[in-house]
This record gives sequence, C-alpha cells and structure tokens, in this order.
Amino acid sequence: MSNNDVPQGGFAEAGADLELVGITKRFPGFTAIEDLNLTIPAGSFFALLGPSGCGKTTTLRLVAGLEEPTEGRILIGGKDVTSTKAYQRPVNTVFQSYALFPHMTILENVSFGLKRRGIKNADVLAHEALQLVELDHLAGRKPAQLSGGQQQRVALARAVVNRPALLLLDEPLGALDLKLRRQMQIELKDIQSEVGLTFLHVTHDQEEAMTMADTVAVMNKGQIEQMGAPQELYELPRTAFVATFLGQSNLFTGTVVTTGSRSFVVDISGVKMEVPTERAQRHSGHVTIGVRPEKVNLHDSEPTGVSGRNVIGPGRITDVSFSGVSTQYEVTLPGQAPVTVFAQNTSISTLHRDGDEVWLSWQIDHTFGLADEVDAAPESRFQADLDTSMIAVQRRRKLEAELEEA
Amino acid sequence: MAFTAFAGQSQASDTVARRKSPIALFLLLPGVFYLVLFFVTPLLSLVITSLQEPDPVLFGQFQNAFNWQNYVTVIETYWQQSLRSIGYASLATLFALLIGYPLAYFIGITLRPYPLLQALGLVLVIAPFFISFLLRTLAWKQIFATEGPLAGVLSSVGILGPGEAISGTTFSVIFGLTYNFIPFMVLPIYATLVSFDLRLIEAGNDLYGSSATTFRTVTLPLSATGVLSGTLLTFIPATGDYINASREFLGSADTTMVGNVIETNFLVLQNFPAAAALSLLLMAFILVLVGLYVKRSGTEDLL
Repeated sequence: MSNNDVPQGGFAEAGADLELVGITKRFPGFTAIEDLNLTIPAGSFFALLGPSGCGKTTTLRLVAGLEEPTEGRILIGGKDVTSTKAYQRPVNTVFQSYALFPHMTILENVSFGLKRRGIKNADVLAHEALQLVELDHLAGRKPAQLSGGQQQRVALARAVVNRPALLLLDEPLGALDLKLRRQMQIELKDIQSEVGLTFLHVTHDQEEAMTMADTVAVMNKGQIEQMGAPQELYELPRTAFVATFLGQSNLFTGTVVTTGSRSFVVDISGVKMEVPTERAQRHSGHVTIGVRPEKVNLHDSEPTGVSGRNVIGPGRITDVSFSGVSTQYEVTLPGQAPVTVFAQNTSISTLHRDGDEVWLSWQIDHTFGLADEVDAAPESRFQADLDTSMIAVQRRRKLEAELEEA
Repeated sequence: MAFTAFAGQSQASDTVARRKSPIALFLLLPGVFYLVLFFVTPLLSLVITSLQEPDPVLFGQFQNAFNWQNYVTVIETYWQQSLRSIGYASLATLFALLIGYPLAYFIGITLRPYPLLQALGLVLVIAPFFISFLLRTLAWKQIFATEGPLAGVLSSVGILGPGEAISGTTFSVIFGLTYNFIPFMVLPIYATLVSFDLRLIEAGNDLYGSSATTFRTVTLPLSATGVLSGTLLTFIPATGDYINASREFLGSADTTMVGNVIETNFLVLQNFPAAAALSLLLMAFILVLVGLYVKRSGTEDLL
C-alpha cells in the first residue's frame, strides 16, 4: 500500500528554507507562542534555545505538523505547508523520547520512513544509516534491548536516513554521556554539512547550542529574545534574559549621567561606569548594564593610572570555588549585588582567599547595555487566558479585526 | 509471546527465584490439591464415562468398557451441530472484534484526555454484568419475538413476512453470542490500548505514515496481544455456549449448537457416554485450534 500524498521516491537535493510567519499557538488556558516570525535559511544549523516551557518544543511540533497553529503560516522551501498533515511534509523529527517502535527490529525502525515512501533499496540505506551511528551490528535487535544512548542514536538514524529537507531535533543528545555526546555532535555537524540539510535543533543546553549551531535563537515566553551567531549572542546580549541564560553575567542598574560621542557614563550607586554607545540598547534614563565574569580582573590594591577600564571596589571575597582551569570568586561590594569573577589559573601564587579585600576592573569595551526597562514590573505575558482581563483583551482584538474586515 | 526474545536476558535473575526450597513446594500444596480435585478428577471421570457401553441387563445404565466407537458415533450423528458451533462462534468473534476494537480504541485512546468520561465508558462496558446474562438474553428474545416491537416494525415495512420472528434464526443466535461476549473482547483490547504510547503514532506520522498506515503498522501490531486474548475469551466460551442457541432463548431446532447437544444428551436423553465423548472432542478441538492460533500469532506476521 502506498500513499499518493506522501512524497515518493528520491531524496531532498538540499535543505530548504523554513519560514514562520506570525505564528500564534494557544492551548486551552494558555498561550504557548505569540506572533512568532522566524526565517531559517536553507542549509543552516539553527538552534532554538530556551528554558522549559518557553515554547520551543511547541514551535518544533508546529513545524513537524504534529500541532496546528492558531494563527499564522509555515513555509518550507517557499511552499505553504500550514494545512498539510505531518506525513506529507518533507520533515523528520528526532524525538526527545526516541519514540522507537517497540515491536520492530532496529533495522525495521530505520527503514520505516523509506518503505512508506516506496524507496527501493530501503534496507541497504537503513544499514548505511546504522553504520553512520555505529549500530549496524545491532540491526536485528528490538529497541528494548538497547541502552538509552543507543536508542537515541537509532532515533537519529531513523530520521536522517530519509534525507529530509528539514531535520528537527528535539533535545536529541540529552541521554548521552559526555564523550558520546561530543562524538554525536561532531557526527551531526558532519551529516549536516555533507548533505546540506537544514537542521532545527531545540535544546535547553546553551553549551550544545553554541558549539553546534550557526545561528542561535534564544526563546523566552513564546517569543524570540535575540537571534544571531553564538559568539555575537554571548559577547553582546541585548536583554537580561539572554545575558543570564546564555552563560553568566554581572548586571548593574543605574542612571545615565553624562553622554559622550562614543560612550556614556552610568552612575551605579555612586560608582561611575562607562559604556560604549554602540554596545548599548538604551542610552538615557534608568539603564541596566553588564559584563561577563571572565572579563573582570581582580586587584589586591586599588588600580591607579588605568585608562579605558571601569573600576569598582573595594569589595570582599565571600566565596571561592576552584575548578582546575579557573577559579570562580564571588565578590560582595557595598550597595551592589554580588559580582562573579572567573579567573584563569595561570599562576599558582595569585589565588585569592575568602575575606580578601579586592578591587575589580574590566575594559570599557567589554561592557554591554541591555534593553530591559529597569523597575518595570516583570509582567508575565502568559497569564492564564482564562483570566478575565486576558479574555477581554482577546475579545477586543477579535472585534477590532472584524471591524477592520468590514 | 512477543517477549520470548528477552527470555535470555532474564535468566540470571530467574535462577535466584527458582532455587528449590521445601517451603515453596509446601506452599504449592493447596493449589495442587485444588487442581487434582476439581480439574483432574472430573476430566478422568469424563474420559471413563466417554468409553462406557450400555449395560446389557439394565436399560438406561452404563458399565465401564473401552468402547471407543462412542466417538465415531457422536461425530457421525452431530457433525452438523459441531460445524455450526464453530461457524457461529467464529462469526460472533468476528463481529465482537469489529464492534469491540473501535469501542476499546475510543475508550482507551480517544477519551484519554478526559479521565472521567473514560471511567464512565469503562463502566458502561461492564455495567451489563450486573444483570444476569440469562435475563438479558431473555430480554432480547422479547424484543425479537413475533409480537415484539422490532418484528412489528420490520413486518410493517415488509422485511419480515406475517407471523415470522427474528428470534429462532441464525441471525438472532449470532447476535446473542456477539452481544454477550463483547465485554470479553473490549476489556483485554482496552487494557493494551490504555497504556499505548501515543508518541509512537506521532513518530509514524512524522515518518510519512498516514493515519491508516500508522494504524496498520504501529497501533494494530502493538495491540495484538489484546486482540489475541479478546478473541480467545470470546471464541472458546462461544463455541460451547448452549444458552443463546437454545429454544428457550434466541434459538430454534435449526440453530442447535454442540453445547445444546451435550446438554440434551446429559440431561434429557441421559446418554452419558455420548455427551462425555462430545465434550472431550470439543475440548480437544478447541485446544488444537487455540494452540495453532497462539503459535501463529507469536510470530509477527499475524497482522
């Protein structure tokens, strides 16, 4: 039996663009995604990064066709697939739960998609895919006889073997140990560049997202907070969420006091800090600025005659944790939140102790300014839709839309 | 059966449990005693009875012998009713499966997001058990009777001739069997479907399987154990059933099944050897058939 709707024969020649236009997804009682616009160019390795419940898995399921968007359109390779069923889309998913068919052998699992599309040498291709994940010797076993890591690799082979235009990965390396994880990361990258598929990788592991993806989109509460190359995101986060979710950050809030041509000065409870204008999202009023912990230097005495650096101190070290390559210090400053410092252990003697008095400094060029409104009540965008005010807002929007149409 | 593949792995843990202990044997005693008393004894008595011959002196009495010709006689006399039993039971099993599977699917999978409705659905399947099945079957006899409501409607539109009834026909007997055994079909299938991982359906859809293909290649094979138990629980008792096909209920002289024949021989004709021989033949036949069926479904190409 073959389905005429199913893409028959042949593989995708190359990856396809994925375009999400104004996607909104509401579930009874809450909104998972609100007006999401996203374009992923063909052949790129794109990571959606965010904490659990941020809507990243829902986005993935919408693309796979396992959920229908409440509003908006999904285009793959320029073709609108919003109303097509999951089995008609040139998309395959590596499920977080693996979802291997327990009654089939590993080989049957891997060749399942190929057989549904009526591809002739399905078993040969399935064996090749299993060789890729180094599990061909287990082709005759059932999934339950494999370890979690092995099952995950089978799930990967089962999706990759179809050479889809778009491969969706839902936390695909979660169950692997570190060594295997690295190995699979490299293999995934190899497969991706070899075949030129478009990968959409959903993960909450920032390190994985940064090492593997060309482009990372940090997602929070159903919206993309910031998108860009991993290094760009890390060095110049635009919001407090990105600054703290992607690595660690020291954040300070204060008021802009003087504005120069290339930089401006912020008063942080008495301490003046300079921020380059081009590295800041907001340039006046109450602002939040920050610096990455590894950019901060520790000084035993007040540094003098330094130019081009922000200096703060004295403060006291309240916590020291040694981790081999580097040491993490926590420094408490009067009137400030504790500051975290990562110091490379390049010499043995410079280890500071708990209680030491220290000054901190960092290059002005390493400071970044965030877009967040200071003191604005942290408004939860996703209050339950059942809330009367939320219902009222939705009703009004609907009414407005109807009026516009009329 | 599907899990025999794992037998090799669990051996290590089994050896610990299987260590022989006199206490274990002692604990088995009541069970062994029960089986000997209530299963082996009647079975032996049945075998002995089936080989008896008529007493040459006393009419209606039998004496022990090795009269194996009883078996030939009953086959020659009752082959028609035996074949009919198998036919009726097979059809009833088929219909029960056709009605029961969608019902079990609906309760086990469609209603899964609504636990209260799911529980209600399950109660509705079990509810008929609270009324004696004799009463329920009699109620159907009333509905199907010549003066009954259904026959009235059917004869007014000309489907039934004047004076004809639905009860007493092949239809009413198979209907009765199907009706009475549907819960036995639904419950085991429901039990396998209720724990079915719906993400497998998503995986099937994702891998280019339409809903129908995914059902055929994923859902159905994974619920095969339930279908197997359900069909056995329906077919075995339905073959020997003597209520639905009896004249007092939904049957007539034309619908006599092997169960009715055994009943008549035991209770009316008092031809105990014939009844015993027929019972044993029925038992042997079902054993062979079920054995073949189970063996066949142990392999994956049953469905």
